[in-house]
Amino acid sequence: MTPTPNDIITLGHGGGGRLMHDLIVNELLAASDVMSETDLEDAALIADGRLAISTDGFTVKPLFFPGGDIGKLAACGTINDVAMRGARPRWLSVAMIIQEGFALEDLRRIIRSIRAACDADGVHVITGDTKVVGRSAADGIFITTTGVGERFADPAPSASAARPGDRVIVNGALGDHGIAILAAREELSLGGSALQSDCASLLTLTEAIVGAGGSGVRTLRDMTRGGMSAALNEIALASGVSLEIEEDSVPVRREVRGACELLGMSPFEIANEGKLVAIVAPEVAEEVLAAMQEHELGERAAIIGSVGGGRAGRVSARTALGTSRLIDLPAGELLPRIC
Amino acid sequence: MSAREELIAEARALAEEIAQVSDRPATLMEVCGTHAHQFARYGIAQMLPEQVELLSGPGCPVCVTSAGEIDAALALARIPGVTIATFGDMVRVPGSDSTLAHERARGANVRVLFSPIEAVDLAEQSGREVVLLGVGFETTTPGMAVAVAEAKRRGLRNFSLMSAHKRLMPALAALMAAEDVSVHGLLAPGHVSTIIGAGAYRKFVAEHHVPCVVAGFEPDQILRGILALVRQLAEGRAEVENEYPGAVTEEGNLKALAAIDAVFEPADSQWRGLGVIPLGGLVLRKEYAEFDALARFGVTITEGHEHPACRCGEVLRGAIRPPECSAFGAACTPEHPLGPCMVSSEGACAAAYKYEG
Repeated sequence: MTPTPNDIITLGHGGGGRLMHDLIVNELLAASDVMSETDLEDAALIADGRLAISTDGFTVKPLFFPGGDIGKLAACGTINDVAMRGARPRWLSVAMIIQEGFALEDLRRIIRSIRAACDADGVHVITGDTKVVGRSAADGIFITTTGVGERFADPAPSASAARPGDRVIVNGALGDHGIAILAAREELSLGGSALQSDCASLLTLTEAIVGAGGSGVRTLRDMTRGGMSAALNEIALASGVSLEIEEDSVPVRREVRGACELLGMSPFEIANEGKLVAIVAPEVAEEVLAAMQEHELGERAAIIGSVGGGRAGRVSARTALGTSRLIDLPAGELLPRIC
Repeated sequence: MSAREELIAEARALAEEIAQVSDRPATLMEVCGTHAHQFARYGIAQMLPEQVELLSGPGCPVCVTSAGEIDAALALARIPGVTIATFGDMVRVPGSDSTLAHERARGANVRVLFSPIEAVDLAEQSGREVVLLGVGFETTTPGMAVAVAEAKRRGLRNFSLMSAHKRLMPALAALMAAEDVSVHGLLAPGHVSTIIGAGAYRKFVAEHHVPCVVAGFEPDQILRGILALVRQLAEGRAEVENEYPGAVTEEGNLKALAAIDAVFEPADSQWRGLGVIPLGGLVLRKEYAEFDALARFGVTITEGHEHPACRCGEVLRGAIRPPECSAFGAACTPEHPLGPCMVSSEGACAAAYKYEG
């Protein structure tokens, strides 16, 4: 008897946490003859490291939400993954799976969003694919984008490059995207506030970071599914270091904090679509922070912690009370609690 | 000083005072998932003298739901055409051989709710058979009662409730009678107490001579509650004190209590870890019998069986701490929980695993 049979995929496997990590490592990597557990970067370097490539599938409900839509998400998400390796995205492929009955006007809006996001960063859509499926076979529309970019950072930032003593910086308040989506989907009112998704391209911010920090920029990671907790745990594991953050120094909006309290979730585990964590050498930390704060997507940037030499993979937070607690990889699906 | 610095200074001062006042080893129990979560999240235990120990009791609503009750919910979920409406953390709680998450992956209709009334709206708008899972203590019961009453008012024939609701006071009495449990003070749950009132604990304290302090959820409020308990012990008192007076009154929320009483009546109930507790749960009154999901679909609550390695029952009684269970962190993790205490963010095992590592 198994209490939780593991022979099928559940929503938890898509949550960006440990279930997904285990699925990738135990099952999906079998498809590759070159990748291993230590290669789980946001984008892969190819052509002797001159190019970075990344692919990402997008589903979101609702398709149009405060601060963006699935088109903007699909373009920016892949642009960001390429940018996290210190590369400037140039080319994008767009594949769509559309459910029959989907309104053409909605599709046009999505296409306009993709185009606008690409134009802003000088990215060209150069190929694509379209499939239409039956009424119950897709939730409106699924989009997969693949991006290729030219590397400008040397060395390429990597999840495995963090070293003890480095500083941990984020570019702003956490959890806006996940809570905005949840609020839109469930029609929750969050104190009447107009919380928006932070969905945005991080390319120019990345250029500013690399411009200020140069080779002192060790790691860049966008904090999407699984939020900051997942990103920090992945970095700590890949780099074989420990990370300690100061809980009070992590920016979180009041309404996001309130919604999380209400729902029994941690803002650290909520998805972002326009937030990155930068791990940089201590001697460039202040310059990088200043450069980020000058950028419109980094006004609330903050140094939130540092890299330590403790147990590899351990991420901990110093609480407001001076006590310490573990920041674990989220389990899977985020589920609101009872009371 | 910023508000934050003030809070820290206050918490430190309270911790110091606790250390000064505490004159004997004491095991203090909370019976509230939110307290358990906050203990872990703020590392409260690290601020207390070694001889003061914090223990989690049967306060996490999904945790005390028995395997048999979960099995009944799973049986309902498997009935074609039925949509299960539930609070989120029930989705992953294991019954005897499955979870709602797995039933959903196999095709069952499971909807996660934020408020019970959504289930009534869903039934009305969709026309589908909607079964609301009624889980939780006096905090969640009023909302469920209102939902059932509203379904009756709207004349809905496709809405029903499976009541696995629990009542706090009978469980506390059962806990005190358990031989493997030794508790010197009770940190009473702020949320439940807003409904049942501080007065609800008076008879219990008189009978069991255990200090009982109602406390809020901020770290300083929790520490103030602990201080009051430690002081009662040092002074040889056993009384009810209300350290959450802004929210909790002596008589409780009469309107909410009336809402519960109009729809539900006390009945014996199976608790995980505590067995069948006399009048430890709630069933629908006969005026609302038509909304009883179990009767409507001919499903009964059986004994159920927990995973043989799972010791959630003992954890819920406070008989063992989570790391004393050999499955903890090994066979049982938040990704693959063997028992409910590892599922909910309010469960003692999940809190210990997540925050204390």
